[in-house]
Amino acid sequence: MTRRARLWVLLAGGAGLAALLVAACLRLPHFGGKSHPYGDRAVHASLARQTANTISSVNFDQRAFDTLGEMTILFSAVLGCVILLRQTHDEHRARPEPAEVAPPVRRYALVVLPVALLSGLYVIAHGQLSPGGGFQGGVVAATALHLLYLGADYAALERIRPVGAYEVADALAASGYLVMGIAGLIGGTAFLANTLLPYGTFNTLSSGGTVPLLNAAIGMEVAGAVVVLLARFLDQAVEIEEESGT
Amino acid sequence: MADAVIVVALLLVAGCATAAVATRDPMRQALVLSLLGVVLAVLFTVLQAPDAGLSQLAVGSALTPLLLMLTVRKVKRRAQGKERER
Amino acid sequence: MRAVMDVLPYLVAAWVFLAGCYGLATSRNLIHAVGCLSVCQVGTYVLLLSVGYRDGATAPVFSDVKPGSRPVVDPVVQALTLTDVVVGATVTALLLALVIQVAKRHGTLDPDELSELRG
Repeated sequence: MTRRARLWVLLAGGAGLAALLVAACLRLPHFGGKSHPYGDRAVHASLARQTANTISSVNFDQRAFDTLGEMTILFSAVLGCVILLRQTHDEHRARPEPAEVAPPVRRYALVVLPVALLSGLYVIAHGQLSPGGGFQGGVVAATALHLLYLGADYAALERIRPVGAYEVADALAASGYLVMGIAGLIGGTAFLANTLLPYGTFNTLSSGGTVPLLNAAIGMEVAGAVVVLLARFLDQAVEIEEESGT
Repeated sequence: MADAVIVVALLLVAGCATAAVATRDPMRQALVLSLLGVVLAVLFTVLQAPDAGLSQLAVGSALTPLLLMLTVRKVKRRAQGKERER
Repeated sequence: MRAVMDVLPYLVAAWVFLAGCYGLATSRNLIHAVGCLSVCQVGTYVLLLSVGYRDGATAPVFSDVKPGSRPVVDPVVQALTLTDVVVGATVTALLLALVIQVAKRHGTLDPDELSELRG
């Protein structure tokens, strides 16, 4: 099929889909409406279990099984990247030359690095209380580490970031989540049920039963995953070269 | 008043998304996508979703554009290596 | 004005999704196509959060709001969005890894040239 014919097919299909979508939009409940049956029930259940951040309660208590599925997608995507981006036998590593970074940039990166890392960990730790949690905090903490690439150079980044250790941490966090689920099955009632630990006092760090623990496992998993991913892509972009003549 | 802010944020998101699709050079597209990430984080906050806004800010404005740029660099470096061999 | 406001967020979501699809289908570079796919994802986030919004409500976080004193927006759709933002990024990374492999094996990133190679 020529490009032109393909464009016409695309436009016809797109126009049909657009018409259906607009028709559907007009019949949806109005934006900002009062009726949210699921939301009201989720808020009620979250408050009954002393979790101040309803969204964490939905993620790690009411829909913890769903989060297990999300975590599996994340884990297998990272696994796929590691396999696809490994160094093959017809490639070799070339040491990148130390790059010159302007001193103000370097100072700025080194000052911001601990602040960003700490706020990432804070966001993970307070997931059950304030906006945040394992998913967001993990990404912030992991990307913060890479400010070292700006502040020092690639070699320094490689020294403080043994990729193998992060891969192990990633796998441990994933299995930790599963173990918490099985513990619920053995000690309580059902897989991933939040019945093992006392719910604690509302709005304190140890409130919410198993929510903080599952949250921490996800934080570790996401942080490990992002570090491993960025390490593999940096390797490909900076270090690994193909042998000449292949 | 809240409605006006929501409308502005929505239109910004629509504009940025269109610009991201229309930018054909992947390196420039990564920059537009990071702008889209920031605008989207603003929209999420205006829609009272600070959790989603936080994750969008970290992922959309930093992680995804960074991965795209690293891929572009890898592919370019490869092409240059082949060029030199010839 | 009110009638427009009732459906505008949904229409914006549909627009963003369709724009992403258009870019995906007409893309001449696989890296650009991956970027367009993430634009498509953005459409779904806008739709989800718009469905959950409630006029005059606040965020469903009770660390500094007394429970029951103010209406809150729907937390379920927010939880869906926030997990998908992070998981979507790792899936994007997987696609980019595949793109790097394609570049290594075939030496081109243009989908048209790739299908010619296949014969």
